[in-house]
Amino acid sequence: MQPRAEMIHWAFGAMILFVGLCLVCEALVGQEVWRMRRWRGYLWPALAFALGVFLWPVMAFFTNSAIHMYAHGSWAEVLMLAGGAELALVRGRLTSPLWRLTWPLAFVTAGTAFLVHEQNPWFFARSAFLHHLLGWTFILAAIFPLALMWRPRSSVLRGGFAVMVVAVSVMLLCDRDVAPVFGHLSPLAGAEHR
Amino acid sequence: METPVVHDASATRVHDRAIRVYAVSLLGPATAAAGLIWAILQPYRVTLLHPRGQGLWWLVFEPPLFVVVIGALFTVLVARPVLADLEQADATTR
Repeated sequence: MQPRAEMIHWAFGAMILFVGLCLVCEALVGQEVWRMRRWRGYLWPALAFALGVFLWPVMAFFTNSAIHMYAHGSWAEVLMLAGGAELALVRGRLTSPLWRLTWPLAFVTAGTAFLVHEQNPWFFARSAFLHHLLGWTFILAAIFPLALMWRPRSSVLRGGFAVMVVAVSVMLLCDRDVAPVFGHLSPLAGAEHR
Repeated sequence: METPVVHDASATRVHDRAIRVYAVSLLGPATAAAGLIWAILQPYRVTLLHPRGQGLWWLVFEPPLFVVVIGALFTVLVARPVLADLEQADATTR
């Protein structure tokens, strides 16, 4: 009765795509216009927090290995922390900009977890390739939220952050449990399905 | 008297605003169009087109449709109000 792992990746990819579109829109119009309606300021931080909450059932039900549980659990924690901190910053409950360091922390933790919990090489199958790619994308993309600490109004950095989030969603939507990547599929990966 | 420098700055601002409006209004439709193109290129991913014998999860999780829905939701819930606010902000700064 449990959905396949690839389906969970697609659902998270869709939600992350929405967050990414909101971030692109915010980068285009600027924070002043974006926050003209109060609810919009809370929109993507609340979605990020919700994504963290939804990762807990993933951790509980997808128990292929201990390392999967640690990876999903750590994503849940850092996403809830970063989303919650962003919500409190928008609301004004938190004032120190240092709380924005939770985003680079979330990105580096997510990237490391992706790389650590994928134990097959890049060209083993598409999911292995995408896990490696997602891991390195998260780690390299952490430079955007980190640089935003010093230049919070930079539209280039905000745009880069947004584009990286959209790229992550595209990678998640491309995921398949057993499918070739650039014509490579290890015979150990199992029988290919649609 | 109108100086060319002031005129150029104003023209640049109008041009930038127009680009921003186009970009925001295109975000949602472009996303939905990407999902639609994906569905056309890989119709077997849209199980609603051939629902017989499909399990519940295959009928629920259809990534091309997810992308179309996200694009549509973004257009209606986010992009339209943002465009209205952008117009309002521009009107007040004019």
